[in-house]
Amino acid sequence: MSSQEHIQNVVELMNVRRTYRMGEELVQALDGVSFAIGRGEYWSVMGASGSGKSTLLNVIGCLDRPTEGDYLLAGTKTSSLDDDELSDLRSQKLGFIFQSYNLIPQLDVLENILVPLYYQDEPPADGEERARALAERMGLGDRIGHRPTELSGGQQQRVAIARSLVNNPELIMADEATGNLDSQTANEILDLFDELSAEGKTIVFVTHEAHVAERASHILRMKDGQIEELIVQREIVQREIVRS
Amino acid sequence: MKRQTYARMLRSGFRSLMLHRLRSLLTTLGVLFGTSSVIAMLAIGEGASFEAQEQIKLLGSQNVILRSVKPADEPTSGGQTSRVVRYGLLDADYERVRDTFPAVVHVVPVRKIEAEVRVLTRSLNPQILATQPSYLAATGRLMWEGRFLTAEDGRSLSNVCVLGTDVAHYLFPLRSPIGERIKIGPEYFIVVGTLAPRLRAADDQPEVGEFTGEVLIPFETATNWFGRIQVKLRSGSREMEEVDLHEIIIGVASGDAVSLIADASREMLSRGHQKRDYEIVVPLELLARAEETKRIFNVVLGSIAGISLLVGGIGIMNVMLATVTERTREIGIRRALGAKKRHIITQFLIETVLLSVGGGLFGVALGLTIPIIVEASADMKTIVTPIAPIAAFGISAGVGIIFGIYPAWRAASMDPVEALRHE
Repeated sequence: MSSQEHIQNVVELMNVRRTYRMGEELVQALDGVSFAIGRGEYWSVMGASGSGKSTLLNVIGCLDRPTEGDYLLAGTKTSSLDDDELSDLRSQKLGFIFQSYNLIPQLDVLENILVPLYYQDEPPADGEERARALAERMGLGDRIGHRPTELSGGQQQRVAIARSLVNNPELIMADEATGNLDSQTANEILDLFDELSAEGKTIVFVTHEAHVAERASHILRMKDGQIEELIVQREIVQREIVRS
Repeated sequence: MKRQTYARMLRSGFRSLMLHRLRSLLTTLGVLFGTSSVIAMLAIGEGASFEAQEQIKLLGSQNVILRSVKPADEPTSGGQTSRVVRYGLLDADYERVRDTFPAVVHVVPVRKIEAEVRVLTRSLNPQILATQPSYLAATGRLMWEGRFLTAEDGRSLSNVCVLGTDVAHYLFPLRSPIGERIKIGPEYFIVVGTLAPRLRAADDQPEVGEFTGEVLIPFETATNWFGRIQVKLRSGSREMEEVDLHEIIIGVASGDAVSLIADASREMLSRGHQKRDYEIVVPLELLARAEETKRIFNVVLGSIAGISLLVGGIGIMNVMLATVTERTREIGIRRALGAKKRHIITQFLIETVLLSVGGGLFGVALGLTIPIIVEASADMKTIVTPIAPIAAFGISAGVGIIFGIYPAWRAASMDPVEALRHE
């Protein structure tokens, strides 16, 4: 870990382009995007559908590779990596949280939290303790043996958050993580994100709701595959940290 | 991947299958019936050919047996009382075999005598065989009591005999027959020995109802007392036959030479005999033929079972393809969380193999039960060779792997982004 300590930027995009072929037509989903996310920063990404924010998320999440340009995740250049190496990056350095929770139905809460560790070449010996502690922290201590279908939406999303933290990721990616929740539960989850951010986790939160985006230190607006605007509101985040 | 990982994947695969119990059960049925039919059919086939092979083996696998056969065109009794029918193997044949054939261990002449055997008031008509001391070695029979015929018995034209088990039991139910006198035809003979019952090679159990009813007397003594002409009494009419030898048993030194001797015998007899009044029995050839029949039988059964396993495999593949499509999202989640292609392949392959191995296991159980039921209800002998369930089980596991590869590969080659978007 110490070698990565000095790398301040968790995410670095340099003139990233992603082109899709839709039949005869070429679609520029990302058209020369460059920015860097520093360690501990809380970014929200906004934009209409078709703005390229999903593609951006896929590229940052190592699910997709840029057609042109470079993307570095915690100092690792991803454009030259093969499928297995990208999978390694995902299981070691990334935590994913989805709008529809995306838990695996036949696994119980503890097993769901453990999934990212299953795919590590050398899983940590204390994985299960870590997962239990995370479940406890998410208020799911008594639900550890339950199946996802036996949980409420908010509880499922808490499992997903625990899952995204189990591998001590460099970056947590949340895609509309509160989109399926009622406003009270959504606020609880958003508070949880604030907490994580305060602990120094680097977070990228995709949302289309302005009040959700407000909580982040940086707000990135995408339009037509390009950055429309980037608002830095660091002081808000620092106030949050002070408050918690 | 570590052993622990496989254990977890097995558990997780099993749980995924249990989510759709009925579907999993129905899917395994194809393999189940395929496997059980392999085992059951092989067991029944094996049992059927076993009987035949045992009979052949009793003749001695290293023997070539020449037998006299009454030619078909020869007129039988036809009311003529004085006519003598002459046919069969000649003394000259015996001498030629004995003097000229190479690689022969013993040549045993056998003549059958038609006569009644009597002790006081008990009488019966067993097979009376006039033969030489080497008969015992050539047929692989064992003595029970006393001694067998010797060369000295023949030279001195002694009236001695050896009894088969059942004859001995019938004539002397309560005491040992050794040293007793029995009457064969008009002559008295002294019993010098009894033969042990024939042993079954497989399970050493004498067959119930098998009558090992022979009386053996020295060849020379028989010629002296009974001559060559036999009178058969057939429902009022008399029939006279003159046969030098009814059987010549040629014991061959090694199994390799058996067919050589058989060919030489054919050649010799076809030259010396105008009519086809003989037959040549080669147990080894019969055995080979029986083996060949069994092999064909096995190939046919194997093909049928193979096809049913193939159908079962296709069934599994079909269900797995549906499962993969159904679980596209799960695959996407797992990929996003760091699963490599090989993890996905292993996961689905394990599920397929679990299905087919589950079917295989129950199939083996059913396949082992069917022969027991058949044996009990149809009174047929069945033999389950240990290799059959092992092979059947192995094949079913193989079917799982082969038919699981494509669905697993399909699952692994999905684009994670697309898979995640799948509803």
